[in-house]
Amino acid sequence: MASHAFAIETHGLAKSFGAVHAVDGIDLAVPAGSIYGFLGPNGSGKTTTIRVLLGLVNPSAGTWQLLGHRMPGQAMAALPEVGALVEGPAFYPWLTGEENLVRFDAMGPDGQRQTRHARVAEALTRVGLSAAAGRKYKAYSLGMRQRLGLAAALLRPRQLLVLDEPTNGMDPQGTREIRHLVRQLGSEGTTVFLSSHLLSEIEQVCTHAGVMHRGKLLAQGTLAELRTTATPRLRVEVDDPARAGAVLERLGMSHLERSGAQLTGSLDGLRPEDCCRALVEAGVGVSLLVPERLSLEDAFVALTGEGFDVAG
Amino acid sequence: MVFGRARVRALLGLLVAVPVFLALAVYLTGGPTHAGGPAFLDQATENGVFTALASLAVTMPFFIPLSVAVVAGDSIAGEASLGTLRYLLVRPSGRSRLLFAKAAVVALFCMVAALVVVLAGIVAGLAFFPHGQVVTLSGTTIPFLDGFGRSLLAALVVGASMFGLAAIGMFASTFTDAPIVAMAMTIGAVVVAAILDGVSQVAFLHPWLFTNYWLAFADLLREPMRSANIWKDLALQGGYAAFFGSVAWARMTSRDVLA
Repeated sequence: MASHAFAIETHGLAKSFGAVHAVDGIDLAVPAGSIYGFLGPNGSGKTTTIRVLLGLVNPSAGTWQLLGHRMPGQAMAALPEVGALVEGPAFYPWLTGEENLVRFDAMGPDGQRQTRHARVAEALTRVGLSAAAGRKYKAYSLGMRQRLGLAAALLRPRQLLVLDEPTNGMDPQGTREIRHLVRQLGSEGTTVFLSSHLLSEIEQVCTHAGVMHRGKLLAQGTLAELRTTATPRLRVEVDDPARAGAVLERLGMSHLERSGAQLTGSLDGLRPEDCCRALVEAGVGVSLLVPERLSLEDAFVALTGEGFDVAG
Repeated sequence: MVFGRARVRALLGLLVAVPVFLALAVYLTGGPTHAGGPAFLDQATENGVFTALASLAVTMPFFIPLSVAVVAGDSIAGEASLGTLRYLLVRPSGRSRLLFAKAAVVALFCMVAALVVVLAGIVAGLAFFPHGQVVTLSGTTIPFLDGFGRSLLAALVVGASMFGLAAIGMFASTFTDAPIVAMAMTIGAVVVAAILDGVSQVAFLHPWLFTNYWLAFADLLREPMRSANIWKDLALQGGYAAFFGSVAWARMTSRDVLA
């Protein structure tokens, strides 16, 4: 079992390019064994953070550890245990997929020669690329390239996988397969650090998430913890919406919206059962009352105060 | 890996074509013209070995440096432009280790390029011209095998003469993510050196130009062999390699890899 509580741990990690603070002092804590969604719109600093974590870019400030190893000093000890997909796959176009993986494995200190071909074949199977193993990389589609990148990350068992937008360019079927693969890896005990700008993707796959916005980590925790950062809402369907609105407003509910016989408002700490009792006592007939399950998107909007668009 | 690439094979093919073309041209035009032309060409009809040496003299100023500039300039910048550099570093290959591995391949290429010219020259020369005793530049004769051995030695010297340029190429390659820029900078270095070499007002600089002793291999064909300029050349190449290699290493081990 891993001797470290966190697969990734950073303290005040920052990276500036000139006057631009791409990463602005973030404290990541990625629990060992979690599937951690690193969420943020394009340009929020996700990829720069990943580059710093992997030792490709020198941080302007801060410290970090990978799998309990202090970085960047102990990179040669930590990185063999890390499989990574950074800002899209990259291979030699004039080699086949299989040749690329063989060569990639041979470039590191840990690629055992005796098992190499077996491991390459297994990784190709795992990402569903066996049939195209003998084709030149330049003939691959974007989705196939992405799969080959994943195969490279899976050439040996890893303790940590860092996957930057792994479903980019994939068709819906491929996207499903990759999500399935990520869940499977997670259940095998691999920590997965998955960056994405797709809220739904994070919501479907991850156990934990961190929300990036303009270089800052606004919040992180389990998905359930994150959802509570947004105020839950209550939806009711009544026979007298006008009176119901007045009752709920008196109770202290804000942001009331009416649509036909339905009313929706922020609970703001009110209990749904109290709202129900007040409505009934006021003579309003209640046919439906639903405390709405909060999505991560609600949490995101609550955290950033804006929608999910490219940061300016 | 490098030698499997189409462009590298094309470059080596070009280096094979030059001696063949030279031998054919001399053979078809019926012998030496004594009208200037590249060194050794006049002797080409006397012995096949001289076709090899004439080929070295012809390819030395441009073709061999061009091929070295392509391979050295591509070494790091090529990986950066493909994006494979980030994966090599995360693999992890180690930044220093990767640079040294690339340097070894580039050095090997320098040697192979020069050997290809000499071997193609000897084969083409023997096909068209006699292969008896070799008349040295000093007028004495030496056995054919001795002449053959000296040609191979000349190839090694020429290969090593490229080390300074190769280091400049790798230095350029660590400063850009566009291989074509690194190649152009490297070829630019050859052109600048050639221009400076032709300006007598900066004669004090000439002994320090990495191109200065590029034709010193000819001294191997004297009897006895003269080695003074060859040693100066090797020392100079070592100095260039040490300086530009160090800067390349400092850059490689500290840079942000954003490609």
